[in-house]
Order: sequence, then structure tokens, then C-alpha cells
Amino acid sequence: MARAVSRNTKIGWTIAAWAVALLIFFPILYTIITSLKSEQEAIAGFDLIPSFTLESYQTVQSQNNYWRPFTNSVILAVGSTLLALIVAIPAAWAMAFSPTKRTKDILMWMLSTKMMPAVAVLVPIYLIFLRTGLMDTRIGLTVLLMMINLPIVVWMLYTYFREIPGEILEAARMDGATLRDEILYVLTPMAIPGIASTLLLNIILAWNEAFWTIQLTTTNAAPLSAFIASFSSPQGLFWAKLSAASVMAIAPILVLGWFSQKQLVRGLTFGAVK
Amino acid sequence: MATRQTQGLARLMRAPAIILLFIWMIVPLCMTLYYSFLNYNLLNPGMTSWAGWFNYQYFYSDPAFFEAIGNTLILVLGVLFITVVLGIAIAMLIDKPIFGQGIVRILVISPFFVMPPVAALIWKNMIMHPSYGVLADVARFLGVQPVDWFAQYPLFSIILIVAWQWLPFATLILLTSLQSLDTEQMEAAEMDGAPAYSRFLYLVLPHMARAITVVILIQTIFLLGIYAEILVTTNGGPGTASTNLTFLIYRAARLNFDIGGAAAGGIIAVILANIVAVFLMRAVGRNLD
Amino acid sequence: MGQITLQGVTKRFGEVEVIPPLDLTIEDGEFVVFVGPSGCGKSTLLRLIAGLEDVSAGDILIDGKNATDASPARRGLAMVFQSYALYPHMSVRKNIAFPLKMAGVSKPEQDRRIEAAAKALNLTSYLDRRPGQLSGGQRQRVAIGRAIVREPSAFLFDEPLSNLDAALRVGMRLEISELHNRLKTTMIYVTHDQVEAMTMADKIVVLQAGRIEQVGSPLDLYLRPKNVFVAGFIGSPRMNLFSGAAAAEYGAMTIGVRPEHIRISGQGGKWKGRVGVSEHLGSDSFFYVEDTGLAETITVRADGEVTLHHGDTVWLTPDEGKIHRFDTNGDRI
Repeated sequence: MARAVSRNTKIGWTIAAWAVALLIFFPILYTIITSLKSEQEAIAGFDLIPSFTLESYQTVQSQNNYWRPFTNSVILAVGSTLLALIVAIPAAWAMAFSPTKRTKDILMWMLSTKMMPAVAVLVPIYLIFLRTGLMDTRIGLTVLLMMINLPIVVWMLYTYFREIPGEILEAARMDGATLRDEILYVLTPMAIPGIASTLLLNIILAWNEAFWTIQLTTTNAAPLSAFIASFSSPQGLFWAKLSAASVMAIAPILVLGWFSQKQLVRGLTFGAVK
Repeated sequence: MATRQTQGLARLMRAPAIILLFIWMIVPLCMTLYYSFLNYNLLNPGMTSWAGWFNYQYFYSDPAFFEAIGNTLILVLGVLFITVVLGIAIAMLIDKPIFGQGIVRILVISPFFVMPPVAALIWKNMIMHPSYGVLADVARFLGVQPVDWFAQYPLFSIILIVAWQWLPFATLILLTSLQSLDTEQMEAAEMDGAPAYSRFLYLVLPHMARAITVVILIQTIFLLGIYAEILVTTNGGPGTASTNLTFLIYRAARLNFDIGGAAAGGIIAVILANIVAVFLMRAVGRNLD
Repeated sequence: MGQITLQGVTKRFGEVEVIPPLDLTIEDGEFVVFVGPSGCGKSTLLRLIAGLEDVSAGDILIDGKNATDASPARRGLAMVFQSYALYPHMSVRKNIAFPLKMAGVSKPEQDRRIEAAAKALNLTSYLDRRPGQLSGGQRQRVAIGRAIVREPSAFLFDEPLSNLDAALRVGMRLEISELHNRLKTTMIYVTHDQVEAMTMADKIVVLQAGRIEQVGSPLDLYLRPKNVFVAGFIGSPRMNLFSGAAAAEYGAMTIGVRPEHIRISGQGGKWKGRVGVSEHLGSDSFFYVEDTGLAETITVRADGEVTLHHGDTVWLTPDEGKIHRFDTNGDRI
């Protein structure tokens, strides 16, 4: 609203909004608090002030070998996203700047592959992984996650590329730029923000993927999602330790996520809402 | 820029993505279809034989199948209802002139970035645990018997967790849509004497209709595949009380090693998802110019 | 040198023929304006000359050499786009330097030419800014600067002023005309605004539906429009066109009289009517006369001091020597 609002009204809305926001954030906040407690404190009843001990974090790292799943998560998320970008950038570039009559159909078809429920192909993928020795390997899972996110990557890049005015590329052509110059000096610098957003969002999606990572790993290639899922049974009874592991699993992506709110809307709605 | 040189190159650049996705889509799907007509159990692979429609019939006659379909629908609809209604309310609240809007947005959006197993574990242990959860603490504070959520209301508990995960998504998209509402239009309505509720009903809601549609359809696609939340909290139980279609198929494939049955279930899931997909494609396709 | 010849140039998009076979010669140093209503194919024609679109048939000759299949960069032409098409991630200096860099011009020579262009276009103090920090008029000048440093054989302008406000537009119009006087380079300028066409052109090409309706100097078009379309399109306010008995009297299907060639009088004259809306600009007054029985309204241009009021009965008398007559096909008799 472009008009002045009385201070009291604003304070009223502020209190309401903050109350709701804190309520929604509370489970995360309480997990962070609990992770800073000792195990005894953690089960001693509701308490928002922890003793700020890092003992649980140390336990998770030493007992559960936290760094292995963490490394796996990084490799899977970053690796699958980079792979997807390598395939998707040329495709999106071609569709945005040299569209044909069928471009729209191709894009819709790509989107439709995203609609296929994972569970529908669980059986063949599982068997393929089992028979080819890809089971519980980073390479197998990286390629799989790449395929899963490829449609979203193509789509996001396409919507970003399409916003680069065609006239600018024509201007470059008139200015004597070859295709190589055009890509190097004009297109790439203008496309980098879009590529970065796509990269960010897809790292988040790949990091949080929790169906295939659980199905296709045991220990070697298990990323944090699978690692944490294993806490559901007996070990989960250690509240502080569970909290510490949870915080370590979500912290990096939470921070990335805060920086990519805008792109999130666009990426997940395939450009339907901007 | 439709010159001949660029066209050929463009085809070359599109090809890898299209070919890869085509293989990714068609090969596993055909295999699933094939397996769905086999008697094939991993525990007894020597006994593999042609099954005809047996797997489908078996799935169809299994009472757990209908329960799973029912649970899937309740889960999807429940989460949609909560996220859309609360999403609209919260989006409108955040859109008001408030102090610290940026931080409020960050707090509200956060649950979306929590991976499903962690979200489920947090709620299971920190919040809803019958003896150590915050809700139990609250119950004791009020002098009521704490509820054992996952034993007594397994499906509702899962709906609650999933709704918490997806509420940020709905809110963020609806907020984006709300912020594109023309303020002059609102002011014109105010000049015309429309009270706040009719402005909401006749201006705000129709403006958000498209965003709401997108939220519903996209969430549905993800919600049909809910898995980790169930695995971590109830493991589909008690009995099959919180088993959805995805989880049922997972059980058939991974716990019963019934490849044929799981494949048949997978095909059913594809059909279900396609019905939803048709609607989504239309809504999204309209935006393509 | 910048003589451009189009021989039977045709453009089809699928089944649709947007430009039927077309011949045109643009002489070296000429300022040619392509004018026509939107969708008449004038921009497409410019893009064919630029090489941004392939011709479907026909040849484009630049200085006598066939350039039909040459890439845009090889044609030695420079283009100024409607949206300016500046590179948003480069400073003004780098924008202007880009074509020079592409052409492999040495660094000192680049600097010399940029300084000269910047000075000529009043951009010297903005050289280190980004396009996003400039006003519309400044961006326009950067786009022109980027075109002139290449020292092209011809400039192509695609509706360059349509994104500017009215006052700036007049200013830029003058600047482009001055530029042409100074450089004496061929310029092809596309616009839908006939005022721009009249004021800037040596030669105007009026297009409609991809066809050339008339080619000629501005005065030519004004004095001797070849058909009803050109008559109605060139001149502001528009020529009054009407048919029927009044036209038959002159042995024509349609006749046209420009507003400035009609005398208006309160006492008596040829056609009787009633004053509708009147506009007083100070220098001139425009009267929209109704109920003449000729056409819905007749526009009359009169001296600034003439005062008539809404509803006044008036008589109109055309300047007999300046009546344009057209036959049943709309062609000039």
C-alpha cells in the first residue's frame, strides 16, 4: 500500500506477523536449542535456555562419522546440479533463442517427465542399480539425481534466458560478433545471474531428496538424508544428539535457501508465478 | 534471428537433453510395465513366470490397497486444505506494513528447506513425542493426559508434518501473487465503497486464483509421493493406518521383494499422477505466451 | 560508399508472404525513411537488409556486390534498435567499443574513435556508467555512438525514437538529421510516424502490406500522392477524403483536400456546415466541421486568430487547384 499507515496499526500487524512466523519456525528453533543441551537436559522438560554445550555435536561427529554422509551430500547435490547444467544450458539456450514450432511441446513434455511418480520406476531402477553394481555408489546416485532435476533446470534456465532480449544478440551480430563472441561477451555475462539461481535452487532440491537416496544407498554413498533417516530407530532416543545431527544436516541448505527465496517461487512453479 | 546457420546448431544443442530425458522416461516405464505382468519375487527368482493380470488383481483385491488409496487422498487433500487456507492468511499478514518483514519472511520460509527425514524426526521427537515432546509438556502444564499422536492419530500427525513443510511454499507463492495486485485497483474499490471482505472476495481471491491453482497442482504432485515422512515416523502403521500408495509399493518391492506386485502398483500410481498432471500442464502451458 | 539495391526481395513466414517481390534502390548518402502503419513489413524489410532475417527470394546488393547470403557482420552496416539493445553488463565505453573490439581495431584507435563519438554525442561524462543508469535519451545516444564508431557504409534505424517522450523525440530527430548532414552516410530509417518521415527524409518509401505504395521526396508525396492510401497517410492533420456527388462533380470517385487548402468563412462559400470541436494552437486553429453532408467531419486549418464557436454555421471553400482526384481503384487521376 502506497499510503501512510498509523503507527499503532503497524505495530499491531507486526506483532501478529512475528507471532505466526515464530510459531512456524519454532520446531527448527527448538531443535537448535536442544542440540545445545546435554542429553539429561534434553529430556528434562520444556526449557528454552540450553547450557550451550557442544557435546552432542562432538558425539555425532565421532560416533556416527558425520563427515562421510556430509561429503556424500555435497558431492551428490553439487555434482548432479553441475551435470544437469552442462546438458541443460545448451538446450535452454537453443529453445530460448532459436525457438521452433515444437519448442513449446518439447518443454511441456520435459515437464511431464517430472510428473512421473518416483515409485513407479522404483522396481526397474532398483534392479538396474543392483545388477550393474551402481547400488550404493556416488556416481549412480549423482546421475540419477541429475535426471530427476534436469527438467526443472531446463525450465528455469529457459525462463531466465527468455528474458534476455533477442535484440541484444542481434545487436551483437550487427556489431560483428561471431557466435563465439556472442556467447562469450554478451550472452554468458547476462545469463550468469539466472544460471546461479538455477544452480542454487537445484542444489537445495538435490540435497533434500529423500526417496532415491534412501532406496539406493546403504553406507558408502549415503548422504545426510539417508543418514538422518537411520536415526528413526533406537539411536533417535538420544534427543540432543538427534538435534545436533539434524541441525548439521539442514544448516547449510537453510542458509542457501534464505538467499534464493525469489528463485524458489519461479523454479518450483516452472515460471508460472514470478 | 531465424537464420539458417543458427537453426542447425540449435538442434544440436537441444539433442542431448531431449535424448537423455527420453531414455530416462521410456526405459524404466516400459520395464515396470513388463514386470507388472510377471510373477517375480527376488527371494525366489528361479520361479519367475508370466502372470497376466494377476498382479493387478492381487493389488485390487488387497484391502490394504484401498486403504492406501484412501490414505493417499486424505493426505493430499488434508495438506492442501491446510496449506492453502493458512497460506492465504499468512501471505496477507506478511504483505501488511510490518517491521522486519525480511526476517519474518525468512522465518516463515525456513521449514521448506528442511529435508523430509529431518522434518519428520523433529516433529516425532521434539514436538509430538508422548513423553518428551513439547506438546506433551503443554498437556502436562494444562493438566491433561498427553496424546500419543503417532499411535492414536497416525495419519493426522503425518498430515501435520507435511503441511508444516509445504506451508512455506504456498505462502511464498501466494505472497508473490498478492504483491503483484494493483494497489490502484484496491483503492478504486475502496472509493466505490466496497468493504474489506468484499474486496477480498471479489478482488484479492480472483487475482490469486491462478497462484492458488499452481500451488494445488504442484503440491499434489509432490504429495502423492510422500515417503520419507512416513518411513521415519510411523513406518506406515499402526497396521496400515498411515500407509499411502507410495509406501505400499515400497513395502511390496523392498520388504516383500515382490517385483511383479510393486510394478503393478507403480503403473497404478502413474495413472493417478497422470490425471493430476493433465490439469497442471494446462495451467502452466497457458503461461508460455 | 553505401548504395543498397533490392532486387525482387521476397519474404515468407511459412505460407504467409509478408513482403511480395520488391525492388528498390537506395543511393549512397541518401536518408531514406520506410514509413507505414504497424504490420506493413517495414521492420522486416530493414531486418532483411541487415541480414537478421533470410530473404526467401531475390537479391540484396550492397555497393553492387551481392550480399544476400552474407552474415550481418559482413555487410558493413550498423543498426540502432528500438529498445536500444545496449549491453547491460558493459559500461557505456565498452558498449561503444564492442564493435571495434570485434573488428580487431587497435586499442589507441579504439580510444580515439570512442572519444570522438562521445564528444559528438555529448556522452563524454557518462562513459563509465552502465546503461541502466542513463535516461532514455542518453541510451539512445549510446546506441547511435555504438553505430557510428564502426564507420559503416550505411546506418539502419528501427523506430529509434518510439520509446522517448515527445519533447526528447523532437530533439533526437534534429540530432539524427545533423548527424546525417555531417557524415553524409546512407541512412535507412524505419518509423510509423509520418512527421518523422517528412522532416528527416531525402526519400520516403511508403509501405502497406509489404508493398511499396510510393517512393518520393517528402514534398512529392505531399503534393502528388499516388493513391488514396498515401494521401491519407502523409500530412498532418490528415487529408479530408470523400466520395459521392461532391467527388463526381470533379469527375473522380474520391477527392481529397488537405485541411490547409480549405477556406472557412462565416459569410458564404461552397459547402455549408456547423463547427464541432475547435482546437486553438495559437499559430493555427483547427476546426472540425460537421453536417456538411460530405463526410462525418471535415478538418479545416485556419489562421490562429480566427475565432469560431461550437455550433456556428460556416461555409467551406476548397482551393480548386489543390484538390486531389482519385479513380475507382484509389489511384491518382
